[in-house]
Amino acid sequence: MRRTMLYLPGNNPNMLTRGYLFGSDGLVLDLEDAVAMAEKDTARILVQHFLKQGEFGSCEVTVRINGVDTEYWKDDLAAVVPFPALQGIRAPKVDDAATVKIIDEELSIIEDKNGIPVGRTKIFCLLETAKGIWNAFDIASASPRVAAIIPGGEDLTADLKTSRSKEGTELDWARRMLVFAARAAGVDPIDTVFPRVTDDAGLRKETEFIKQLGFEGKSVIHPNQIPIIHDVFNPTEQEIEKALKIVAAAKEAAERGQGAVSVDGRMVDIPVVKRAEYTLLKAGLLEVK
Amino acid sequence: MAKNALGREIPEFIEGYGKTKLFQGAFALKPEGYRAGGKIRCVNSTCTDKRVSDIKAAIAASGLKSGMTVSFHHHLRNGDFVVNMVIDACAEMGIKDLTLFPTALFGVHKKLIEHIKSGVITRIMGSVNGPIGQLVSEGGMDVPVVLRSHGGRPRAVASGDVHIDVAFIAAPTADQYGNICGTQGKSACGSLGYAFTDAQFADCVVAITDNLQPYPAAPISMSQLSVDIVVEVPSIGDPAGIVSGTTKVTRDPLRLLIARYASELIEASPYFKEGISFQTGAGGIPLAVTAFMKEAMIKKGIKASFGLGGITGYFVELLKEGLVERLMDVQSFDLEAVRSIGENPKHIEISADWYANPWNSGAAVNMLDVVILGATEVDVNFNANVNTEADGALLHGTGGHQDTAAGAKLTIIAQPLLRGRIPCVTDNVYSVTTPGEVVDAIVTEYGITVNPKRKDLLDACSAVKGLPLVAMEELVSRAHKMSGPTDPVETEDRIIGVVEWRDGTVIDVVKQLKAK
Repeated sequence: MRRTMLYLPGNNPNMLTRGYLFGSDGLVLDLEDAVAMAEKDTARILVQHFLKQGEFGSCEVTVRINGVDTEYWKDDLAAVVPFPALQGIRAPKVDDAATVKIIDEELSIIEDKNGIPVGRTKIFCLLETAKGIWNAFDIASASPRVAAIIPGGEDLTADLKTSRSKEGTELDWARRMLVFAARAAGVDPIDTVFPRVTDDAGLRKETEFIKQLGFEGKSVIHPNQIPIIHDVFNPTEQEIEKALKIVAAAKEAAERGQGAVSVDGRMVDIPVVKRAEYTLLKAGLLEVK
Repeated sequence: MAKNALGREIPEFIEGYGKTKLFQGAFALKPEGYRAGGKIRCVNSTCTDKRVSDIKAAIAASGLKSGMTVSFHHHLRNGDFVVNMVIDACAEMGIKDLTLFPTALFGVHKKLIEHIKSGVITRIMGSVNGPIGQLVSEGGMDVPVVLRSHGGRPRAVASGDVHIDVAFIAAPTADQYGNICGTQGKSACGSLGYAFTDAQFADCVVAITDNLQPYPAAPISMSQLSVDIVVEVPSIGDPAGIVSGTTKVTRDPLRLLIARYASELIEASPYFKEGISFQTGAGGIPLAVTAFMKEAMIKKGIKASFGLGGITGYFVELLKEGLVERLMDVQSFDLEAVRSIGENPKHIEISADWYANPWNSGAAVNMLDVVILGATEVDVNFNANVNTEADGALLHGTGGHQDTAAGAKLTIIAQPLLRGRIPCVTDNVYSVTTPGEVVDAIVTEYGITVNPKRKDLLDACSAVKGLPLVAMEELVSRAHKMSGPTDPVETEDRIIGVVEWRDGTVIDVVKQLKAK
């Protein structure tokens, strides 16, 4: 599950130590925007240290590296990829499939050098420009390493030559495009952060909206946002009850050799069963297959 | 030297304190005999006005002399002018060797240091915070301070352990015959809970007010029956220091996480049902626990019977919304609480005696289901220290810690595992305030640590999916790992503080810090 991926500033030992306690599905140890130029090396060393011996609970651990247009990205990868705790890297400003391929190749070199199965490190791509959004499907299918694509917030808005509004009108099309591209390529669409950290009602509204669009989850900039996002993404008791009925009926039908089956007077076919299984998965009532 | 029930070494006699009674267990000591009586007064119709011209005249009329005991309440908190005003006047009048018996002292009282150094004050029975605490810890007083809980203090007075010669009561409103209340006037502080016992037992009671009303003032909190002298002054306190603005729930994610776990523990406990009662105080974590409990109460469709102790605007909101039926207020923390106690009959003023005294016919804490507390340290035996910092300096009063822990069915200490680099969970606390036998659980950001003696609670928590339970050993080892080794506190042999359990037995002593 990737309902919530919490950014932790790579130069903040307090947050790196306790970040996992807030119960997000994933962590993004940040070496990029959260870290000032003067602290890039410090943050890299600190993050490396934490990957070596820190605790992460059951969180999926990723590191946001600096962009391929900077001098830091190769050092970032070399510092973090060798550690088993790392499951993926979040790459900023991915504009096209070529960028993914460059990172993919570098990852393969490091993995090979360190005796790690090549392909283990996943890539989470941040699409922060109009070009990136336009190329979303190509990016998502550029490498089997790509696990998710994520729209940018502030950078994308700037590239669109507009500003960030409360309603998020400017990001509307990008979000829809991104969900289509991700689903078509078989990767997860994960939404950008909600920047107003004290606006709980606004966060809930935006999360409800992006969930309805088809997003898998959201990037998180403050731990207090996690329970709200989980609350929106978690299936309700009624949804769980209905899903349990559907899955049970489908199982019974399969055992009897029947295809479609009726639950509460409505025909249930394969897509409906799949959706019900997905609901149970999110509720923690079904093992990941 | 003998060991008390917690294995702490306590001398049989402490210079300046007297013969000690050893702590035997939270509920072991059964009192015998009769309560101390008050001085008989006789005021007839020739006296229709108890006013005197100023503080010095009041001191003179009270009969206060060197060597006597004076008491004060702390409802004006850090805005209080009265303690400094009275002691300054005593100093000017040449009165010395006073025993100060406040319900608590605050930063604003650091001016007393000069009076301690000059011998006006030679003994303090009450909490010594901040600079006075540091002074005492470094050996700045010849006689040890005596630390008592909010319930232990009225017990000591009523049982005759402490005799108050003159009680000076800051009164936000009074009339000329000594009817006083805390809810009206420019220095309104709400409840006057801590002052009741002093008014009842002192040989002489002086009300000091900056809001004199025609007789009879109304409403009346403490009546003319026990007030001997009234004095009007321009101001008894600074409103900005008396009450805070609206108390807000913290946004600190770590504190919210801890509060969420504490709330989940309460929800898992057998006490989370219709009629639950709780005390959560005004600190960041406890207030957030109240907010989470509110959500949970609405979800489960239950109401609380009462909220107890120090009352905040957040509690008032719960009362207004009908989620709590009554508030029992010994101390009103903010403007909303002050307003509410003055207007709402369901918001009841209670005395410290009523709140927490173990030696009466039943204190309010006995009716408490849940209390959320803090501590500077807790040890593997769940003993809690709230009086000293890890560096051994006296820093905090006991407050209602002992009393609520002893009374409540579920006592939770909720706090981060580390404060800066100082671990809050340790092998052995430096000084014990509250024994582990009355502490049921510790909640930190790493989860819920249940006292193994509460197997019922452990079972209730285990039955709830996803509740993070952490064993005490794991918590201590984690704290050690994160903080690294810390140097032991170096002390002299001299005792500078005596920590009493609420029944007057000595639970621990605090020694003078070695000069650095």
